[in-house]
Amino acid sequence: MLKTETITINMGPQHPSTHGVFRMVLTLNGETIVDLKPMFGYLHRGLEKTSESRTYLQAVPFTDRLDYICSMSNNFAYAVAVEKLAGIEVPLRAEYIRVIMAELTRLVNHMLAVGFLFNDLGAWYTPVVYAFRERERILDLFEMASGSRMMCNYIRPGGVAADLPAEFLPQLRKMIPHLENFVREIRFYLSDNEIFKARAVGVGFLPADMAVAYSITGPVLRASGVKYDVRKAEPYSIYDQFDFDVPTQVAGDVYARYLQRLDEMDESLKILRQAVERIPEGEYATKVPSRLRPPKGEAYARIEAPKGELGFYLVSDGSPNPYRWRNRPPSLINLSALREMCLGHKVADVVTILGSIDITLADVDR
Amino acid sequence: MTNEEILSKLKEAFPDVAIQVQTEETKDFTLIVPAERLVDVATHLRDHLGFDYLSDVTSVDYPDRFEVVYHLFSMKRGGGVLTLKVHLPDKEHPEVDSVTPIWPGANYQEREVYDLMGISFRNHPDLRRIMLWDGFPGHPLRKDFENRLYTYKELEPTRPKPPNW
Repeated sequence: MLKTETITINMGPQHPSTHGVFRMVLTLNGETIVDLKPMFGYLHRGLEKTSESRTYLQAVPFTDRLDYICSMSNNFAYAVAVEKLAGIEVPLRAEYIRVIMAELTRLVNHMLAVGFLFNDLGAWYTPVVYAFRERERILDLFEMASGSRMMCNYIRPGGVAADLPAEFLPQLRKMIPHLENFVREIRFYLSDNEIFKARAVGVGFLPADMAVAYSITGPVLRASGVKYDVRKAEPYSIYDQFDFDVPTQVAGDVYARYLQRLDEMDESLKILRQAVERIPEGEYATKVPSRLRPPKGEAYARIEAPKGELGFYLVSDGSPNPYRWRNRPPSLINLSALREMCLGHKVADVVTILGSIDITLADVDR
Repeated sequence: MTNEEILSKLKEAFPDVAIQVQTEETKDFTLIVPAERLVDVATHLRDHLGFDYLSDVTSVDYPDRFEVVYHLFSMKRGGGVLTLKVHLPDKEHPEVDSVTPIWPGANYQEREVYDLMGISFRNHPDLRRIMLWDGFPGHPLRKDFENRLYTYKELEPTRPKPPNW
């Protein structure tokens, strides 16, 4: 009889595959995972507390720093929450601009998610370079509109910070077929790759009922076969006026999550095509006082961010500062099923599974 | 299912529980449940009324009470939010039953509430600090937490403890 014992090792916080400062305490039997404990907090900046001493508008730049890959979506969610709390109407052109920006952000995020998934699998930086190339073009658009490439601070309560420059829409029109081609290209080169399939199919399985119980949202949930998208379930902004589908997968493994992201990119491009055609002329923002004082009350608003449901819970006591500023981060809550997905797999699969959940550590720790 | 139907069905199932509707100062449909019956009401909401998805667990520090706030949705039906609230008038040792056995997704969020607001959860499987380190003095999201008082002396006992796994 061989005498065996489990060993405990740390993965992270400085580990290239953890996408930031994230630590996992793995208990291993040989090379098989028998327990996994995620450890958070290395990037905790106390944004909720800090925002309580700022005005509502001063908190907008903080939302950029939540999930720094999708700053526009974070601005959008916060703006929706403040507007619900204060009862602000948004002009139609601003809503269209917001939808365009949110869908471009979804494209950026899914490109990087797919690219870095391959990075984690050992296709060292080749898919990422192509993803980054397309991302740069979208970031050029962001820079054109907002003046900043990543920390956009563009979508504000009441509308957007500035109108679109004249050359924005023509350039976006030119780019849409190009991006569609990019998604086709990824499918063509990567989806049938045998090494990828051997590493991804059947790994990190998450059944649908477990995904719902663990409050999983976004592409991870839909890859498990649950057809739930906030844009359809509780339409915010003007998403009820667009014609698009909510794609789902059946398998619920890493490979299904990868396919799910590609499908969602197609749907985003569909929305972008319609938005570019229909965007009206008009005002880009309603006037909101810089020291906004929403009436006493509270509101919870959420949007479908690229990583999942992003919500804001705001409590106002009638003063210019929020009484409570709560952010519901999709990345942290999607991690709650990480242990269940990893149990029984090998150490190398943890890297793949974590990459397929697609987290940003700034969003996990806030 | 409209809000009135949800309320009447809940009252039917729990005739002895004082479930209040918060009418003022909220944009969402809000129910206030007594803390000792929270788990029963939550289980009923999940099993019989279709609120299978717990989106958000958070807490607010008011001068006279702590509030733990749960935002529920239905994945089957879609639709808007049902806000469930628990009032905890005990400011010294606030404590409430954990809903992690009902919705496992509440695990990290309840740990976050415990860490930053100092509300403990009974029957939680793994109640530890999540964002801050063990030994951090106080709970930052409380209104009486004064972060300007950081001095070198006060930082001294807050050094991280050795790992506890």
